Parts: sequence; C-alpha cells; structure tokens
Amino acid sequence: MNIPIILAATNRNFWETVVYLVQVGGKDFLQGAGKTILLAVVGTVIGCIIGFLVGIVQTIPIQPRDILVKKIVLKIVRIIMSVYIEVFRGTPMIIQAVVIYYGLQEAFGINMTAMFAGFVIISINTGAYMSESVRGGIDSIDRGQTEAAKAIGMTHFQTMFSIVFPQALRNILPQIGNNLIINIKDSSVLMIISVDELFYTTRTLVGTYYIIYPTYLITCVIYLTMTFTCSRLLRWYEKKIDGPDSYNLAGTGPKGLNEQYRRPTGLTMQMFNRKYNDQRSAMR
Amino acid sequence: MRYDNKTPVIEVQHLVKNFGKVEVLMDIDFKTYPGDVICVIGSSGSGKSTLLRCINLLETPTGGDIFFNGKNIMDRNTKVTDYRAKVGMVFQQFNLFNNMTVLQNCMTGQIKVLKRSKKEAEETAMKYLTQVGMDPYINAKPHQISGGQKQRVAIARALAMEPEVLLFDEPTSALDPEMVGEVLEVMRELVQNGLTMIIVTHEMAFARDVSTRVVFMDKGVIAEEDTPEVIFNNPTNPRTKEFLARFMHDQ
Repeated sequence: MNIPIILAATNRNFWETVVYLVQVGGKDFLQGAGKTILLAVVGTVIGCIIGFLVGIVQTIPIQPRDILVKKIVLKIVRIIMSVYIEVFRGTPMIIQAVVIYYGLQEAFGINMTAMFAGFVIISINTGAYMSESVRGGIDSIDRGQTEAAKAIGMTHFQTMFSIVFPQALRNILPQIGNNLIINIKDSSVLMIISVDELFYTTRTLVGTYYIIYPTYLITCVIYLTMTFTCSRLLRWYEKKIDGPDSYNLAGTGPKGLNEQYRRPTGLTMQMFNRKYNDQRSAMR
Repeated sequence: MRYDNKTPVIEVQHLVKNFGKVEVLMDIDFKTYPGDVICVIGSSGSGKSTLLRCINLLETPTGGDIFFNGKNIMDRNTKVTDYRAKVGMVFQQFNLFNNMTVLQNCMTGQIKVLKRSKKEAEETAMKYLTQVGMDPYINAKPHQISGGQKQRVAIARALAMEPEVLLFDEPTSALDPEMVGEVLEVMRELVQNGLTMIIVTHEMAFARDVSTRVVFMDKGVIAEEDTPEVIFNNPTNPRTKEFLARFMHDQ
C-alpha cells in the first residue's frame, strides 16, 4: 500500500510534493489546525477567567475591622492559590498533560477524552500565568482610581468590575495576546496524550506518506498564519478599546449629540479666569 | 456658640492615626455642623490630608470615633459604603475614572451605588456638569481635558451623588495658577448654595473669604480653630502666626 505512494513522492520535485501533500492531506491539516485553534482560544479564555478570579481574591483588602472568619478563609484561599500558581508555572506542560490524563486514569479511574483533558490542561496552565499578569495589571492601576470609586460608595467588587478591571484588561491585553500565541504553539505538546491537533496530525501524515520536510514546512506555514492573524486581531481590538483620539463638544457633533443639553449662556473659561483674577487683585 | 442645639454632621472624637511608629494624628477633636465651610490649613506633613482621609475611612483610624449625624461609623455594623455615598470627596489628583467619558464618570456612582435609573442619572449628571460649566465636554475622556476641567468634572461627579458633606483634599494644588481660578470659582458657588464642606487648602485668600471656621493644624494636632477673622487677623497660637506670616511673605 505504501510503496506506490513513496514512489509517487520520489517522482515529484519539491514544490510538486508540497502541492501533492496539500491535495491528499489538506483536510487533515485543516482539521488539525482547527483543533489547535480551538484548544488555544478556549484555553486562553478560560485561563483568563481563572486569572481574573485569582486576581480578585488576591486583591481583596483585609481590614482590621473585618471578622475573624473572613480573615482566616481569605488566608487559606490565598495559600491554595499561591501553591496553584507555583506548581503550574513551575512544571512543564507536557508533564502536566501526562500526569493529569494518565495519572487521574490510573489513580482514580477518572476517564476523560483526550480533547477534554487538553482543554483542562491548557486552561489551568494559562490560568497560572494569567493570575500573575492580572495581578500586575491591577497593580498598574493608580491607587487614586480605587480611592475615587470607594469615595463614592462603591463596594470592592463594584470598584473592581467597573473601574479597575476594564483598565487592567487594557493594560494586560498584550500579555493575553502573548498567551494566546504561546498556546497555539504549545498545544502541540498535547500530542503526548494523543490529542489530534496540528502537530499530531503532521506526525501522522509524515508516518503515512514518509515525506518529512515538506510536511513540516506546511505545518510551519499554518502555525505562522494562525499566530499572525491572532496578533493582528488583538492589535485591532486594542485600538478599538482605546477609542477615538478626538471627541465632539456636546451639540456640535455631526449627529447633534446631546443637543438638548446645549448651554445657551454661561461663563467661558476666559470669563471665569478674568472674574477670579479681578477678585484676587481686589483682595490684595 | 451658635451651634449648640444642632447635631453635627460630622464629629471626630479623639482621632488617632499612626503609620507604623509615626504618629500622624494625635487626639483630634473636631465638629462640622450643617452649612459649615471649614478650611483646614497648615504646613505639609501636619496631618491635614490624613485627617480628611480618615473622615472618609480611606485611611483606617488607629483610634477614636467618627460620628455621622450622631451615628458612630467606626462601629462594625455601620455599612461603610452607605456612609461614603453621603460624604463626597474631591482629590488633589482629580482621580477621574480613565476608562469612562466625562458623563459616564458622573453617572456610574449614581447607577451602581444609588441604584438610580440611567435616565435619572444622566439628568442629574448633566445638571451638575452644567453647574460647573463642563456640559460641553461630556463626550471627552479624562486624558483629553485640562487639569482645571478635570477637577471641575471631579466636583460634578461628587455633587451628582448629592452628598451631605463634601470633602476637598487640596483641590487646587495640582493646578497651574490660571486653572486654580476656575476651580475656586466653582467652589465659591457651592458655598453660596449652602453645601457643607471641609476643605484642605493652601489658598489662604480663599480660606479667608469663604470659610465659616478655619482649622490650623500643626504636627498632628489642631493648634488653633476659630473664625477666619480671628485666625487671619488675630491668631493666638504663635505657630499660627509664624505659618501665616511665612505664607503672606511668600505671596
């Protein structure tokens, strides 16, 4: 069965082989790439959610007037979180994959599909990294923002969700992009638990057709396309969050924004200043 | 005293605040009645800002009690957020929410804390933005407007919560002299409307003109507290004299 294929391959020059591979393996490549992107995107999104949850808990202020139970519970939860971060940042993902997938099977008889295990592994791994990024993002927000929110009576959670997180998210967006790109590439280690993502598919194709270099070249191009597209999309999203550089004065905008609020009369800034300076010189 | 039969809005009793071993506030007693405009003056490091931040519980006092309309807010059962919603604060560094427009800055507290409808919040926000003369800029983000404009928005944001007391923490110290004018003008208007205010300031002329009482702080204690006429013309405490003399000399 394999022999004619090998012969067929050897009869082609390099580019013809590439075209041939795309013809016979194109569907497999696409399926593999689809699974890779699915793993990376879902893993990054869930990882970010984990990161933000850990970030919230780590920044809950403990005050002297809080009840003892709250203090103790918070302390314990924080210790668990630090252990989680240190363990999952400090061990290779490929080993985590084996331990979680095969280990849980052998030790506790927990069976899950390889794909599901893949989602879990990427998510908790990204979560560990994102927790630290989120912490950095929250720290980067000026304390005045939190104080102003508290001063108008917002609770810790209201402050976090409406003031701090939107700004922290903007600041760590480049880091989220980094994580997404790393996940696209590093999901390849999941071939160790036979998740049929792009790298696993590539190895299968190599094993089927005995064509090594062109197959990996195609894989390379597919990975690059995916990562480049993602980084551009994120850039575009960053710009969108930043909003336009200019703003319209109320009532002067092209759509007549907030026309009803237009002030018929009133002090301009110059008038303010003149009036004040007159008063000041009168005082002296 | 003309206040004897009224309950103070804010009453501070034996307030102590330590940062580690440094005693920043030592046994402060101090009352604010409805309609009062109290200016707190004193040199840097005398504890003025810390006092203001303790009143709003942005700093947790080390000891002492703070009463709001006769209710002790240092009590565990008092909800701090409810109290803060009734006591507005304007900061030296403006602290406008950077992720929101001018209008959103003035609406978010009303919606999230006071649970007002979006429409009501917008109307209230516009009312106060118009009062401070910032209504044309409602679509601007904080980084697009000047310092004086930011501070006027910050005042509108605090007013939109319709607080009983408004605290000002050196509202003009981060502004250049020209912008100081527009902010003080807005504050004068608030005084005329009868808002109760506690103002930490270095603007002596302003303090002399608008306040009902002036508090002079020195090294963590209230060195002298009296009407502006007495403080500025006839101070009894030698430290007050020294401070004011130096200040007037600089001017």
